[in-house]
Amino acid sequence: MIAILIRDMRLAMRAGGGFGLGLAFFLIVVVLVPFGVGPQSALLGKIAPGILWVGALLACLLSLDRIFALDFEDGSLDLLATAPVPLEGVVAMKALAHWLTTGLPLTIAAPFLAVLLNMPEAGFGWLVVTLAIGTPALSFIGTFGAALTVGLKRGGLLLSLLVLPLYVPTLIFGAEALRRGAEGFDNITPLLMLAGITAGVVALLPFVAAATIRINLR
Amino acid sequence: MLKGRHMSFWEYANPKLFMQTSGRFLPWFASLSLITLVAGMVWGYFLTPEAENFGSSVKIIYIHVPAALMAINAWMMMLVTSLVWLIRRHHVSALAAKAAAPIGMTMTLIALFTGAIWGQPMWGTYWAWDPRLTSFLILFLFYLGYIALWEAIDDPDTAADLTSVLCLVGSVFALLSRYAVNFWSQGLHQAASLSMDKEEHVSNVYYWPLLLCIAGFVLLFIALVLMRTRTEIRSRRMKALIARERVA
Repeated sequence: MIAILIRDMRLAMRAGGGFGLGLAFFLIVVVLVPFGVGPQSALLGKIAPGILWVGALLACLLSLDRIFALDFEDGSLDLLATAPVPLEGVVAMKALAHWLTTGLPLTIAAPFLAVLLNMPEAGFGWLVVTLAIGTPALSFIGTFGAALTVGLKRGGLLLSLLVLPLYVPTLIFGAEALRRGAEGFDNITPLLMLAGITAGVVALLPFVAAATIRINLR
Repeated sequence: MLKGRHMSFWEYANPKLFMQTSGRFLPWFASLSLITLVAGMVWGYFLTPEAENFGSSVKIIYIHVPAALMAINAWMMMLVTSLVWLIRRHHVSALAAKAAAPIGMTMTLIALFTGAIWGQPMWGTYWAWDPRLTSFLILFLFYLGYIALWEAIDDPDTAADLTSVLCLVGSVFALLSRYAVNFWSQGLHQAASLSMDKEEHVSNVYYWPLLLCIAGFVLLFIALVLMRTRTEIRSRRMKALIARERVA
């Protein structure tokens, strides 16, 4: 399973893997928003938590279809499904690899982008904390979505349509925890809810995603 | 109905028996729903007084509330039929779920639109990010994704399996969203004060025609689901016939 994790991370980081793509997309979204809403610092600072969370979410979405598509095309997904390693474990490792190559870089890069949006300084720590807690949920939910659409030729758009509604609770609690933290309020409740969602999703969805892949490989 | 006394509910999973029975009951459901709807609407629209604070705009309640109820109940029905398909592999069940989805989506849209029309004179706005409204918008997105997944997959059994899984996972997340939205909208926004608890507002004058309209919508939903399921079964048979002819 560690071998699968390392393999997937290598594939993601080498040429054509689209490693930097998510980060670049995140940067562009954050840069575009001030062009859209105007350069007033006060307004930008107020909406910064929401923009950063939505931007990170969309950047996560961008690389989801790579999780299974290439393995499905060249047949290695069939091999993985019949391998002695449980498919659930493979799926979890793939989701983890997705997080390590997408969610984690986004989390680290986010504070730098927060400067661009003039976010209150109290929020920088919370930004890293909420994204670190929340982005694993995004990767694991996205892996389920990718498993649903793996057999489809043009699944990309459908994948977004399926996954985005599932992202709603994570986004709400993540952005709310960050907003409250940035404005100096108590944010333990949304933070715990966010952590609860991540824990539940990481524990349960690999099983569902593995079942979904078995249906698709039938 | 020779073996009527020993028949279990699961025998309706047999498409032939389902077609026979549903064919017999469909006209009843359809005409009953028409009668109750017309009676409820006429009673509600013409024979009840106008409310003090609401004027005549209150009467949209006779469409809004039943549609909203059916929007949720249709998803519940899809959840149950999806489970039945996953556990017992009855094709009729999967097709019923498929048939119910567009109806549920339409009900969600009706609830959203009538709510917007009602909201304008009452709240001064067509839309507010109130928990109830937001949850319905999210429900609409879930319906969209579910229907799109059915459309995207060619193999009928794979499509039934995958949409069933999506329905189960989606139900959990829809419930989570409902609570998340409740939490979010009371957090910094104060829109929750806009939300009216409908039950508290409805006085007895409106209660009975409303109940009649709800019954009408339930019957209408059953009739539509039966009709659409029958259509699905027929189109499945057509495909089988065409495939057989091609082989011959």
